[in-house]
Amino acid sequence: MKKTPILALLAAGGAALAASPALAADEPIKVGALLSVTGPASFLGAPEARTLEMLVEELNAKGGVAGRKIQLLLKDTGGSPEKALSFAKQLVDEEQVFAIIGPSTSGETMAVKPIAEESGTLLLSCAAAEAIVNPVAKWVFKTPQKDSHAVVRIFQQMKKMGVTRIGVLSSNTGFGKAGKDQIAKIAPEHGITIVVDEVYDKAATDLTAEVTKLKAAGVQAVLNWSIEPAQAIVIKNIRQIGLDVPIFQSHGFGNLQYVKAAGAAAEGVIFPAGRILVADKLPDKHPQKAVLLAYKRAYESRYKEDVSTFGGHAWDAFHLLVNAIRAGGADRAKARDALEATQGFVGTAGLFTMSPADHNGLGLDAFEMLVVKGGGFAVLSN
Amino acid sequence: MSLELVLQYLVAGLTYGTIYAVVGVGFNIIYNTTGIINFAQGEFVMLGGMTAVTLHAFLPLPLAIAGAVLVTMGVGALIEVTFIRWLWKPSVLRMIVITIGISILVREAALHLWGEQVRALPYFTGDEVTSLDLGGVRFSPQVLWSLGVCLFIVVALWAFFQRTRVGRQMRACAANRDAAILCGIPTRNLVTLSFVLSAGIGALAGAVVSPITYTHYGIGSGLAIKGFTVAVLGGLGNSFAAVAAGFLVGILESFSVWLLPAAYTDAVSVTVFLAILFFRPSGLFGSREIARLKAY
Amino acid sequence: MLRSRYARIALLAVAVVAVQLGAEAAGKPFYLTQLTMAAYYTLVAVGLSLLMGFAGQISIGHAAFFAIGGYASAALTTADLGPLRGKALVDLLARAGALVPRTDVFGGEVLSVHPWAAFVAALALAVAVAFAIGIPVLKLTGHYLAMATLGFGIIVHSIVLGTTSLGSADGLGSVPPFPVLPGLMVGGGKAVRVENYYVAWGLVAVAMLLLTNLVRSRVGRALRAIHGAEDAASSMGVDVARYKLFTFVVSAALAAVGGVFMTHFTATIGPGEASVMKSVRYVAIVAVGGMGSLWGTLVTSAALNFLSLRGVFGTLDDAVFGGILLFVMLFSPDGIVRLDLRAALRAARGRLAPPEEAA
Repeated sequence: MKKTPILALLAAGGAALAASPALAADEPIKVGALLSVTGPASFLGAPEARTLEMLVEELNAKGGVAGRKIQLLLKDTGGSPEKALSFAKQLVDEEQVFAIIGPSTSGETMAVKPIAEESGTLLLSCAAAEAIVNPVAKWVFKTPQKDSHAVVRIFQQMKKMGVTRIGVLSSNTGFGKAGKDQIAKIAPEHGITIVVDEVYDKAATDLTAEVTKLKAAGVQAVLNWSIEPAQAIVIKNIRQIGLDVPIFQSHGFGNLQYVKAAGAAAEGVIFPAGRILVADKLPDKHPQKAVLLAYKRAYESRYKEDVSTFGGHAWDAFHLLVNAIRAGGADRAKARDALEATQGFVGTAGLFTMSPADHNGLGLDAFEMLVVKGGGFAVLSN
Repeated sequence: MSLELVLQYLVAGLTYGTIYAVVGVGFNIIYNTTGIINFAQGEFVMLGGMTAVTLHAFLPLPLAIAGAVLVTMGVGALIEVTFIRWLWKPSVLRMIVITIGISILVREAALHLWGEQVRALPYFTGDEVTSLDLGGVRFSPQVLWSLGVCLFIVVALWAFFQRTRVGRQMRACAANRDAAILCGIPTRNLVTLSFVLSAGIGALAGAVVSPITYTHYGIGSGLAIKGFTVAVLGGLGNSFAAVAAGFLVGILESFSVWLLPAAYTDAVSVTVFLAILFFRPSGLFGSREIARLKAY
Repeated sequence: MLRSRYARIALLAVAVVAVQLGAEAAGKPFYLTQLTMAAYYTLVAVGLSLLMGFAGQISIGHAAFFAIGGYASAALTTADLGPLRGKALVDLLARAGALVPRTDVFGGEVLSVHPWAAFVAALALAVAVAFAIGIPVLKLTGHYLAMATLGFGIIVHSIVLGTTSLGSADGLGSVPPFPVLPGLMVGGGKAVRVENYYVAWGLVAVAMLLLTNLVRSRVGRALRAIHGAEDAASSMGVDVARYKLFTFVVSAALAAVGGVFMTHFTATIGPGEASVMKSVRYVAIVAVGGMGSLWGTLVTSAALNFLSLRGVFGTLDDAVFGGILLFVMLFSPDGIVRLDLRAALRAARGRLAPPEEAA
């Protein structure tokens, strides 16, 4: 089953309790991963974990990096910050990992951030909160795009479509809240008025009541910000009560599974996303195309499920780390400096250019505006 | 608030209400026969939906649903025989904790079997965007299917309890277990039957509602709590009052969105529940006398 | 031999020190972190054990009190009261020395409540809530009581999850360390790991002292009378309601203390701490430890929480607790870890008591 490799790795990781001395030449480089493989954030953590396992195997088959293999120590935090904290301390103190990839959620990352800083361990988070890299912490980086950029791109699109009055729906998760805050902050700059602003429970099974409120307020478009399957329910409800306005989603919609779940209701939904979702539709000369197609094919053939932008964050974190090790050697300080000096690295989420002040490295153009057409994703053309 | 809006909220409330009603009825069936509050009730709903989706991959829809109902009934029987049957006069505390444990195990098994992804059956008629228009109120035809199935369940159960011998035996068991045993009624098998029935109706409801709400491994516990709320609200043991109570809770939740942030919807039904417990534990339709006299 | 409660506490102290020295010697000082966290969870568990075992009141919502303590102290110690300077209450607090300036993540100057004041406030809040909830809830029995406590837990969970100022789903972070005594900080830094370990287990020892005293006092006897046969106890003049409420409040207070200290130790608290699953875990621990056995619960809690925090159960973490709960309740409802007088007495008394007790 899909879970078996993860369980096997957990068993392996759990068994390796002895503290290891300074990394000897043939010893593998230990990389820890704190991901929410199960629990409320499993939509993020499970693809991220699968991606990492796949990449580590591929890399080790080719001989590893700097002459050494990578040993992945994957811990399932179940989305809980106290577990993330405990495992982080374990990885740092006991295993003395070289770096940690993850956590998957912002709450967990903020809990783990001080540990990374205190111990001088590289942390490449797959979570999106601005607070992770702002203020910049020496050892902490993140790979997802900025939420604020996603919001800006959406508003730019709305402006093009002449939309000024919108209804905003968000889920009561960290992602939903972060989005809601950014939306409220940025909307005035683009002349958008938020007429209705509702937060719903992420486990809600029917949102007709909330959507009715939007219809009653006469909004010109709906912006939904959630990352759970609730986003499919929302768009179904909107179409079912006959609210025929454009629907915008967050970059959390970045999985074909959600489109399939929403069926016909997803037609015409507009959202910003990483280009992995339209990899085959990109022009051949596009710098990301080769990388994206390779990842997509490898993931889909191995795991028999659609690739998503979430797994891509782990892909980016891993490759950024490996490149840093290649450039700076298996030395923490040097690898960190190399990571910070990354220029134009081609990742799944975009092209990364980092700096001492920017530990994310992605700009507004990392996003592509996509639209759902014929049950699949297409680039939005205006 | 216009009439149209009220009706729209009402329809939304009826949609949630169907499933709460069925879970509440399921609670009552088991409670009546055994005095046990079955926390795993919500898991039956989950299993019905998930199994139906899996079966639908190679069976036509009606057969997939029937198959799911049968499988879940089997699980219900298995649970009863394995965990409940051989307990000797267990205390209430112990039973509650046991059924909590069962529900956790079922949920974790589902997680490891099906993964964390959500699944849904296709809409029975039409698709995700079809909607019917009734006086300005629009809703999916699946809502009618849900209400229809709920009605079917209620009528079938009524007929079963009133008209069949086994049904009457179960009622005897509920009224006074010791007397039933003395009359030669096979109470132990009836207990199993009560689990089987509860599982079956839960599964059916789970399958029919899954196009609207989606199913995934974790929906069981929230439903169990709501179901218990509904059962108590109607008066524990009063099977059909649970139906009315289910719709009432659904409608309450739906209208609460108008006043409160949607994130607090769960808190609303729980608050109602606590209020009932504190002020009228016999429920809206239950009789105080009977509640006090009941053996459990 | 081990009947004297002081002997047992002394044994606990010895064990705590031995474990610390042992971990140091074995080159695994990092175990202390998970043991410290386990200690704070144990505070909740032993309080619950008192409530469930001695007073016979089930609570499937106890994690809520842990969360109330944790969130209250986190909110107060991370809040910025600077902008409110000039308001009467804020100035009063400042004069009382309850406020302390600190720098926040961004380097700005922030005026927050001193951790001691926050602790007192958090504890007061938890106790107040316990009273308010306890009075109506404890009138219920059987499954109504269980569901009411569950309902309470859900409401608290909904509130912390849904309220923006409490961090919603992300919870609260960057909680400053708690200067318990001059020079003694409850916080997460590696340098203070050993101190924190001793503070945590010291608290547990104090709690055990309190609880074991309580159990052997008049209050304890009254509780056991209530647990055994409530109507009989009532007819003998035992103020049943008062004792139940008292136990409920004590267990809530203990849980809140655990919450406050844990929050400062990990510098964070999330809504997961108030979840139903967390409450069920506490019940599972108490069930395994033996409902009437404080020491059994302590040992079980330390062991299970430690293992869970080390990730030994992997993705099956919840399943393990559920399975344990089920197993114990099916086969050994009096608990597995029988380190208690009661079980021994009952066995000695023979089959005078019925095989199963009514809750």
